[in-house]
Amino acid sequence: MDAVLKEWADRVRDAAERQGKLRIRGGGSKDFYGGAPAGETFDTAGFRGIVAYEPTELVVVARAGTPLAELEAALAEQGQCLPFEPPHFGYPAVLGATAGSGATVGGMVAAGLSGPRRATVGAVRDYVLGVRLIDGRGELLAFGGQVMKNVAGYDVPRLMAGSLGTLGLIAEVSLKVLPLPVAVRTLRFSIDEATALSRLNEWGGRPLPLAASVWHEGALTVRLAGARAAIEAAQAALGGEVVADDVAAAFWQSVREQTHPFFAGSEPLWRLSLASTTPPMGLGPQLIEWGGALRWLRGDQGAERMRAVAAQAGGHATLFRGSEALKAAAGAFQPLPPALLQIHRRLKAAFDPQGVFNPGRMYPDF
Amino acid sequence: MAFVNDVRFAADKRAILARLRAVLPPGALLADEEELRPYECDGLTAYRALPLLVALPQTEAEVQAVLRACHDLKVPVVPRGAATGLSGGAMPHEDGVVLSLARFRKILRIDPLARTAIVQPGVRNLAVSEAAAPFGLYYAPDPSSQIACTIGGNVAENSGGVHCLKYGLTVHNVLKVRGFTVEGEAVEFGAAGLDAAGLDLLAVINGSEGLLAVITEVTVKLTPKPELAQVVLAYFDDVQKAGNAVADVIAAGIIPGGLEMMDKPATHAVEPYVKAGYDLEAEAVLLCESDGTPAEVAEEIERMKAVLEKSGATSLVVSRDEAERLRFWAGRKAAFPAVGRITPDYLCMDGTIPRKRLAEMLEAIADLSAKYGLRCANVFHAGDGNLHPLIMYDANQPGELERATAFGAEILELSVRLGGTVTGEHGVGVEKIDVMAAQFTAAEIEAFHRLKAAFDEKGLLNPGKGVPTLARCREYLQTRAGIAPSSVSSDAAPRF
Repeated sequence: MDAVLKEWADRVRDAAERQGKLRIRGGGSKDFYGGAPAGETFDTAGFRGIVAYEPTELVVVARAGTPLAELEAALAEQGQCLPFEPPHFGYPAVLGATAGSGATVGGMVAAGLSGPRRATVGAVRDYVLGVRLIDGRGELLAFGGQVMKNVAGYDVPRLMAGSLGTLGLIAEVSLKVLPLPVAVRTLRFSIDEATALSRLNEWGGRPLPLAASVWHEGALTVRLAGARAAIEAAQAALGGEVVADDVAAAFWQSVREQTHPFFAGSEPLWRLSLASTTPPMGLGPQLIEWGGALRWLRGDQGAERMRAVAAQAGGHATLFRGSEALKAAAGAFQPLPPALLQIHRRLKAAFDPQGVFNPGRMYPDF
Repeated sequence: MAFVNDVRFAADKRAILARLRAVLPPGALLADEEELRPYECDGLTAYRALPLLVALPQTEAEVQAVLRACHDLKVPVVPRGAATGLSGGAMPHEDGVVLSLARFRKILRIDPLARTAIVQPGVRNLAVSEAAAPFGLYYAPDPSSQIACTIGGNVAENSGGVHCLKYGLTVHNVLKVRGFTVEGEAVEFGAAGLDAAGLDLLAVINGSEGLLAVITEVTVKLTPKPELAQVVLAYFDDVQKAGNAVADVIAAGIIPGGLEMMDKPATHAVEPYVKAGYDLEAEAVLLCESDGTPAEVAEEIERMKAVLEKSGATSLVVSRDEAERLRFWAGRKAAFPAVGRITPDYLCMDGTIPRKRLAEMLEAIADLSAKYGLRCANVFHAGDGNLHPLIMYDANQPGELERATAFGAEILELSVRLGGTVTGEHGVGVEKIDVMAAQFTAAEIEAFHRLKAAFDEKGLLNPGKGVPTLARCREYLQTRAGIAPSSVSSDAAPRF
């Protein structure tokens, strides 16, 4: 076992013995997300580096503390990428970022957040193939591996995606990667929300090379990605105005990293994940992604109302950014029905019986 | 063949019969031996057991009532769909009840705008695509058994197919699963949106082999049908060259819709049966598919041909029309039954390895075939490294089954050593339960058991399957250490 991981395991065991709490932290870029972090800071940024990467396997293995920017740069050099476009948040996704200066690979998996292309290519969890983790007993365990098809044992690697570090300390992950699209083009349409939603859903049912979409303040922006011929054909079929490549790239980056003006200011930011066909909700200023399946809302419309609306539309509402007071009152995440909450509590106890990891980060009682 | 389930229960058939009679309508409960006999195995016919009872509920309320009764009386429950599974996952427990979902056969809703289908678990895989076809949509995962296998079973096994490299496995194409815990509590995993609150339990339910919950409704994602699909058949005079060509295609930045490989014994088994039109002189054939708009396909097929030629293909054939494309695939999809025609019995392996080790694995299989004196036909989901070597044997010849089993175990152990897994898509079930010990440490096995207990405290759902008891692991490691000391180790090699 790596010396670092042995030391990590000892620290976890020690914390478990003395009823200590550990707050797992990579680059700290997503500290704002979920319940307020609590416990002694456990820094993972020191355990970094790409362990294995063979482009023909479409698989990369990286240590938890590897800067996401470093991983993405290594993939880009080989013409590949993480297609789900994970947000870094808080730091520019510049090449050559130094340790601790931004999002890490472990944090990316633990947060489970995906960017603009998610609706067409899948989420972080869809690309997680394997994980090495330290559980709350201080045991180093490996699940999954480096192959795309693997049904030996339960799918613990995917369970780790979005678990906010509540089940275990992620030490290393293996991820599926894909070639960068041969060509991309961004189109813009001036249409209202209802028209945008119905078009996006109708287009989604056609074999078009759709990659991402944003509707905001009367403008629908759509990114196409794929073979040149497919993009030409799609543009001919869809119409719209072509957005210049550099302008388009900056726009998609601003949505992915939430530096777009919509996300500025201190008003609460709600994230509603729901059926893509949900009609306009009239809840206030919004930015719509994922073909209608993800709706960002600004304002303090009341947590109960947001959650009721989301549940009605078959989804859930997250208080993505907001004051600590509001988060403490409303909870960051949609409350679970009792049967699911029971499974969550038991799973937490199965992986982390002493409740060492990230207390309160997902739900108040674990 | 004997499979001794080491997780046993004190069964009282009369008590459970009385309880289930009270909650199920007439005709929904089978108890006589001749009625139970058809349920004694699934697609893995070598392993059989008679259950105490078979319940055939038709409503969610009946499923719930069956589960509550069994939970009260501590009776194990084995969920069952079409029983086409190849690892014995639906093999009955002799102290328990088989809970058949065969009567849950309705497609509840196709929503063409949202591109979803809500179906009951007993709906056949292909029936979903047929129902979606009028809307230009289909359900992407296509296991070879798709005309018979059901969606509930697909979720339970996280089934793959021949188009996973591009379109994903079942887990990538399911939005929501509705069902019941073993205690009879209604639960929903996933959501109508693209993610759900809390932990990603949907990911865990996929591939959980009926050990965590009983599925009564599934919402699947539908995919727009590509305007055109064409397949290139690339023939090689050497299997290793074919193996390397697979890596070359990916290295060129191409993600084919499907990328499959068959060796000569496989094409020879298939051709008389399906008349796909394969070249029987070649040592191996690759099926490499492109899909998209006509212009896109034309562009990609040219790129594929260039790469395959450079990789040493001796000849290339491109499907001229849809009928020919389907015929080329029919050969691949019929490989298992075709091999079944030329041998009294066969064992199908399901290991997955990193693609770059394909050639190495092929060489090892050839050596093992000579060592054990048994023929082997190779059918691979080459694009994702998932291998289906078909080991041919005759159960009536003394010792052949044992030799075939040992041959298979060596392939699976090698899959693990090459950085892969013992099962890519068929599941562990009972078939691969022992060899799990070659892949996981005792601590990891224990973690799996604890995960199960979070869903099923008393361990009543499909017990004895999927994850071995620690006693089984120890026994396996001791036995294998005696036979092939170098091939297994209790301290599993790092898998990455």
